[in-house]
Amino acid sequence: MHLSPDQTIFWQHGFVKLNATIAFTWALMALLAGGSKLITRNLSTGLERSRWQNLLEIVVTGIAKQIEEAGLSEPRKYIGFLGTLFLFVAMGSLCNVFPVYQPPTASLSTTAALALCVFVAVPFFGIEEQGLGNYLKSYMRPTFFMLPFNIIGELSRTLALAVRLFGNMMSGAMIAGILLTITPLIFPMVMTLLGQLTGMVQAYIFSILATVYIAAATRIRKPTPAPVKP
Amino acid sequence: MDSITIIAVASIIIAGITTGFGTMGPALAEGRAVATALSSLAQQPDASATITRTLFVGLAMIESTAIYCFVVSMILIFANPFWNHIIAAAAKK
Repeated sequence: MHLSPDQTIFWQHGFVKLNATIAFTWALMALLAGGSKLITRNLSTGLERSRWQNLLEIVVTGIAKQIEEAGLSEPRKYIGFLGTLFLFVAMGSLCNVFPVYQPPTASLSTTAALALCVFVAVPFFGIEEQGLGNYLKSYMRPTFFMLPFNIIGELSRTLALAVRLFGNMMSGAMIAGILLTITPLIFPMVMTLLGQLTGMVQAYIFSILATVYIAAATRIRKPTPAPVKP
Repeated sequence: MDSITIIAVASIIIAGITTGFGTMGPALAEGRAVATALSSLAQQPDASATITRTLFVGLAMIESTAIYCFVVSMILIFANPFWNHIIAAAAKK
């Protein structure tokens, strides 16, 4: 029983290993980047469009609308980061229908890397939007004594992001594996279908949480109005 | 009982208890959350998009506590550090 795709090793030469996580991550990246490159090679602005261009437009405008609804008023600025997160995690679980494939997000290394990206991106966008001083001051709200709790919260939510995605993906793969030994006929297919649903929901959750964190960091605090004297 | 047996028995029992009790609380909480969301959907169908999005995010937050328990029990069964330590110590002798 493999706990994660890290343990499936395709090729090894001394210290250097090529395990399933790395291989399938690069395969996914090639699929996403190559597919978009192929589709956007000849875009049209008229009414005549290829069906692939329609698909990509639906995906991009859908993600932009979701980001805007979650609280970021300029979605085009953040869609490069948040949309990539969503598409990678969603494709990672969607490709589960292929036989040999193991989702790279079922490895704690991948999810920790994604969560670290969010951990770095939140202060980056926050400082870019409201300046270094104002961003650092936001750690001391509402009072100075909240500083350690804010820092602990920052760290623990990164840990929670990583472990949540890893646990969901790993449990899907593991349940399918256990069921294959108990009832190998039709039931694993149903559980794989459930795993697909869980994967899409987790991709949505991961990106929407990243959006909410960035929205909280970039919100410019309006100065409190002076109390009106009667 | 030698220490290998004690560690094996303790790990298996605790793994079961962890998943059992760890899913109990989130199950109750998710049931309450879904019930409240359904009643507010029935009252305000226009706000369904906002309610559904908030519900999904909240459910994922609640569910992550159950997932933590699941990960801990999986570690206890498949990648137990104490077990590995004892096995390595026994092999060294």
